[in-house]
This record gives sequence, structure tokens and C-alpha cells, in this order.
Amino acid sequence: MYESGIASVQGVWWKPAHRAEKVWIAIAFIWCMVLFAMMPLWHLRGGQNPTGIRHRVEPADFRERTNEFIAAYQVGEDAGMPIVEPPPGSDVYLIGMMWQWRPILRLQAGAEYTLHLSSVDVNHGFNLYPFNVNFQVVPGYDYALKVTPTEAGEFRIVCNEFCGVGHHLMVGRIEVVPADATAAADVGDDR
Amino acid sequence: MNAPDAGPGTTTESATGRIAGLFRTCPTTGLAVHRSADRLIKAHAVAATVALLVGGIAALLVLLTRWQAIHLLDPVWFYRILTVHGMNMLIFFIIFFEMAVLMFAGPVLLNSRVPAPKVAWSGFGLMVLGALLVEWTMWTGQADVLFTSYVPLRATPNFYLGIILFAVGALVTTGVFFASLVVAKRERTYEGSVPLVTFGAITAGIIAVITLLHGAAIYIPTWLWSMDLMPVDPQIYRLVWWALGHSSQQINVAAMVSIWYLLATLTVGGVVVNQKISRTAFVLYILFISMASAHHLLVDPGFGAAWKVWNTSYFMYMAVLASMLHGFTVPAGVEMGMRLRGYTQGFFGWLRRAPWGDPGFSSLVFSVVVFGFVGGITGVTFGTEQINIIAHNTLRIPGHFHATVVSGTAMAFMGVTYYVIPLIFRKQIAFYPLAKIQPYLFSIGMLIFSLAMTFAGTFGIPRRHWDISFSGAPFDVQYSPAVDIIIAVMAIGGLMGIVGGAIYIVVTVWSVFFGKPLPAGEEAKYAHSIPPGIINRPWLEIPDTDEEPEAPGKLGQLPGTAILVGIFFVAFVTYYFANWALLSFVWEVG
Repeated sequence: MYESGIASVQGVWWKPAHRAEKVWIAIAFIWCMVLFAMMPLWHLRGGQNPTGIRHRVEPADFRERTNEFIAAYQVGEDAGMPIVEPPPGSDVYLIGMMWQWRPILRLQAGAEYTLHLSSVDVNHGFNLYPFNVNFQVVPGYDYALKVTPTEAGEFRIVCNEFCGVGHHLMVGRIEVVPADATAAADVGDDR
Repeated sequence: MNAPDAGPGTTTESATGRIAGLFRTCPTTGLAVHRSADRLIKAHAVAATVALLVGGIAALLVLLTRWQAIHLLDPVWFYRILTVHGMNMLIFFIIFFEMAVLMFAGPVLLNSRVPAPKVAWSGFGLMVLGALLVEWTMWTGQADVLFTSYVPLRATPNFYLGIILFAVGALVTTGVFFASLVVAKRERTYEGSVPLVTFGAITAGIIAVITLLHGAAIYIPTWLWSMDLMPVDPQIYRLVWWALGHSSQQINVAAMVSIWYLLATLTVGGVVVNQKISRTAFVLYILFISMASAHHLLVDPGFGAAWKVWNTSYFMYMAVLASMLHGFTVPAGVEMGMRLRGYTQGFFGWLRRAPWGDPGFSSLVFSVVVFGFVGGITGVTFGTEQINIIAHNTLRIPGHFHATVVSGTAMAFMGVTYYVIPLIFRKQIAFYPLAKIQPYLFSIGMLIFSLAMTFAGTFGIPRRHWDISFSGAPFDVQYSPAVDIIIAVMAIGGLMGIVGGAIYIVVTVWSVFFGKPLPAGEEAKYAHSIPPGIINRPWLEIPDTDEEPEAPGKLGQLPGTAILVGIFFVAFVTYYFANWALLSFVWEVG
């Protein structure tokens, strides 16, 4: 004897389930445990995790660090924006601000860098084109991620968090050069 | 419904002896309907429809701008209208409608009065006032901050104040709903335990309180911040705001699932296969679903791995488990209801013989299927800590939530409206043939739209972006030419959905304001203008037997449902692991 969904229920409704229901609950429960286990497992075995090294930072301090970083490793300029080529393994600073990513980065394929992301005004979104890697850039927070570019090529940073009316103009640039070609690229690339 | 055998025109026991005039007896269901409940449901439903209209016009404008072939609005108006679209759809339309659902599932289903109707009306008044204030600030360009209004983007203080007023109003109405439960119990307007639909609505009400309190916790400080009276940290804002923003979608889920059970009952006389399982699943929602704020913070700098994993999984996916249970029990209730009535042929005879021309039934099916297959699967996948790296802020995200909130929640709300109009407004459905095709147009359109949008997002196309051709940007960005085609498909699906939405508004507004009244107890004469469920009243004729109906094969009593959830499970596993594979191809990061 079944009730409808709009009938009040008389007596005890805690009754045994059908076999099919029990089987489905078991499958769903096990699946939920798999879903849960995948995340810690990827931290142990996977190459892509969003943890990073995270600190609070005053926007002015972050701007200062980025300027020092640019002064130390600048190798050229493009569209009025400094091109910076830090040595492999170093700390790399990237500022999101209305409406640009500063500076342009030149990185080596296969090398690991610590990429510090922050904003000096509102929220921005770091989207690596064409690879579709995304991070939130929040003012007041230094989000330092260990990144290893896999292959050489031209990359763009598209802002994908709304940051005002110039949001769609906010495009930055990352250049990844082959590991052995760094010296060649150093020479006079200031187009 | 304490008297399931009450026929047309009979008065239920609880309604007798009450002051005449305050109640009417529903000639279709036999329920005693308090006139205040009647009027409150109508007012909230009308307000919801107005918001849907405004949000729908905004949807059209946003769509025609993102479709780069047309690119209608300039950037200022694009972001302004996008703000209008978000606020009207996700807050005003949905919450007004949910308040109507609460007034139905509480006082009406329990045969009870609305306690303190004046308080309920003041809640409604606050909601309207708040909504108008927000509309004014948005349309006059004082709040171009999008739906999320991430601090330190700044809107005028009245924008935040409007939202606060709206939230307080909704809280008041929810309070009246809870009071009606107490009154119903005390006045013995029903016997035993509340119906499952009411139980689900109580869950929605509890989640609404949790949500609205988070809303107060973030909007009051932000309001003060906007007047330079206190600081607000951008990361804390995102944390607390999403405890409002995501949890409010969980009110939708709970309300929608309740409506699934309601529509299954009204359209085909679906039964509750097991009260224990359905109710436990609702309780799991209350316990864990509010943790979903984390879904939006997975690639944020403010939180560590353990926090992200624990919260994004809602305590080891217990709220996902709840949805997977409802995903079984709702079709199972339909299957069992149909089999009990003799539709025992094969695995899917019950589904073939179901009333596909009843807009309530087709809405139910589309809502369950698209919510589950597209919205649910993409949601869990994108909400996985690491997979979020390849989903965050791309079109994959709005692709996901248009499948949940539009194809799922809005479709269910539309479907139940075709029953609310004859049952509560006592009107025939105007342009009924159009109403019959409306769920098909709307759902298939929105399905195409959200699939195309999700797919475009895998190319990294950003959401909330005026110009993905990046003309004028310092460095060129050229997406694959395939993206143009996918966006065009998305636009065509979206236009179909908008036509479906427009038909819904025309049909409901015309029915309510200019429609022909439905004389009491003579529904059968109007078979060409109301859903068949109202005439057949299948919920009154659940066969009184302890014998399980016939079912073929070795899959148990519910073989059709077992096959359907099997297909769902395979799709889920496939999509989930395909995304891990996609993730493994990108730069190493950590």
C-alpha cells in the first residue's frame, strides 16, 4: 500500500526498501567515496593542484616586489610592457590590474617557476590561453603556484573575472622558449 | 490532505466548523484552502512572473551580445544588463516563486490557515520594495557590479540595501510558513506525518533560513563598507557571499525536488516508493548542502587543500548521494504508480503510456533528466578541487548552472504553474495547445544552449565577457574557428529557450488576468484547456493493494528506473574521468 506525495502519512514510515533501491544506494555511496578519494589521490600522484603557497600581502608591497622583479630581469619591451626573463627556479611576479597583466613573462619549457599572482585593485581571473588553466586573483592575497610550462610557444593571459568596463581588453602575454634556445632569444627581442 | 478519498465538492473534516468565508474548499482536491494562502500564492506568483519577464528580456540582450555575429550591446550596457539578468532570475524570480511554493506546501497541503496574514503580507511588501530598489540602482547604472558584486567593486549603498530588504522579507515569509506548520499541528488539520511534498518544502525553508542569514552576514557589512563605515576583505567576501550565492541554489534544489514529487503525484498519481529513503535524502540536504560555497573558491588563494577537499565534497559527497537518491525515487514513484494502474508492459510501457501531452508531466521529465544528466554531472565534476582548474570562470560554469537552475528548477516551476492556474487561480489555461509544446521548446532549447556553452568553455572561453574577439586588446587571442560555430549553436538553443519562456509568460499572464474561470466541479468539460491530471485526479485513485505489480526481467520491481539510473551512472563515470584526463594534459601546477 503506497501513499502519494501529497498525502499525510499514517503510522510508522520507516520501512524496508526495495532491493533495487538498496542496490542503487550502495552503488551511489561507493561512487561518492570514489569521488572523494580522487582529490587526495591527485594531490599525491597528480601534477595539477591548486594549493600553492598563500599569504596575505598589501597591494603596495606586491607592486613593489613586482617592480624589483622587473628591474632585475627585464630583457625587452612589447606594446609598452616590459618583457621579463627570470632564471629557471626563481620567483616570478605577475600583477593583475585594471586592465592589464604586468609584466610579459618569458619562461623556459620544462623549468619550474614559482608564479606569484595578485591584484592591486579588484578581483581578476587568470586564464592561460590556449591551455585553459584558471586561477582567481584576489587583492590582498599572494597566490604563489609552482608552474612548469610543458612546451614552447606563445601564450596569453585572459582576464576571466569581471573587473570593470575595460575587462575585455585585459590580455597579458607569456612566452615559453625551448630550454636550449634561451640564449638565442635573449638577443634583441624587443619588437 | 488528511482525507485522500475526499471527492469533488466534499468538505474535509478539518474545514468544517470554521468561520465561513475564510476558507474555500477546493473542488478538485477537497482541500480546505485558506483565502489568505490563496491570495499570497497569487501575489508571489505574479511577482515571480514579472521578474522572469525582466530577466528574460535581459537574457535575450545578453545572448545577442555574446553571439559575436550580432554583438548587440556596448560594454557598459552589456555588463549592466548581465547584472539585471542575474538578479532577476537567480534572486527575484526564484525566491518569489519559492515563497509561493512554501505557502502551497504548508497551509494548503496541510488544510491549515495562514497564521498572521498581515505579517506575511509585510514580508511580501519588503520583498517588493527591496526588488524595486535594486532594479532602480541597476537600470540607472549605479550598480554595474554583476550578480556577485565582488568587493572591492563598488555599487551604490541602495543596491545592497535593496537586497537586504528583499532577504528580510523572504525571511519573514519563511517564518510564517514555519508558523503555519505549528498551527496545523496544534489545530489538528492533518493526521500522522506531513506529506512528503511538505517535508521537502520544510527542507527548502530551513535551507532558506541558513542562506538568508549568510546573506545578512555579508550584505550588511558590505552595505556599511559601501558608505566607508567599515572594511571588507575581498576573500572573506567571496567566502560568505557564496554561502548565500550557492546555498540559495540549494533552496532551489530542495524546492524543485519537492515539486518533482508533487508533479509526479498530480500528473500520473506517482507514489512514494519509500518514505524513509526520500525523507532521509532531504535531511542530507539540510546537513551538508550549505558547504557548497567552496565550489566557487577552489582556485582561490585564501584556502588550503584540506579545507577545499572537505567542503567541496559536502562531507564526502553526502549531498550528492541525496540527489542520486531522489534521482532514483522520483522516476521510481512514477513507474510504481503507473504499474499499479496496470501499465505493466515491458520495461518502459509505463513511460510510453504516460501523458506526454500534459505540460506538467513533460516538464517533470525534462526537469529530472536535464538537471541530472547535464546539471548534476557537470556540477560534481567542476566542483572537484583539481578539475576546477580547467573550469573556473569559463563558459563551462554558466553552462552547468543553466542546466540546473533553468532546465531543472525553472522548468519544474513552469510545469507546476500549469496546475496552479486551475487549482489556485481557478482559471482555464489560455492557448492550451501552446502550453503543451512549451516544455518541449523550452527544455530542448535550454539543453542545446547549456551543452554548447559547456563545450565552448572547454576551449577556455571566459564567462562574463563582452568581446572574445579581443579587438583593441594589446595582444591577440584567437580561439579555434570551431568556437564560432559552437557559440552560434548556443545562441540558437538560447533563442529557442527564450521563445519557450515567452510562451510561458504569455500563457500564464493571459490565463490569470484574462482567462476564463473554471466552474467548480465541472473540470471534465474543459479537457481541451486544462492538464488531464486535474480531470483524472490520479492521486485519488492509488490502488489499495499490498501486492507488488508485475514487472519483467530480473531487475526487481522497478526495472525501468533501474535501467535509467544505470545509463545515468555510466554517463557520470565517463564524464568525470574524461575531465581528469583533460586536466592531466595542462601545465604542471601546484
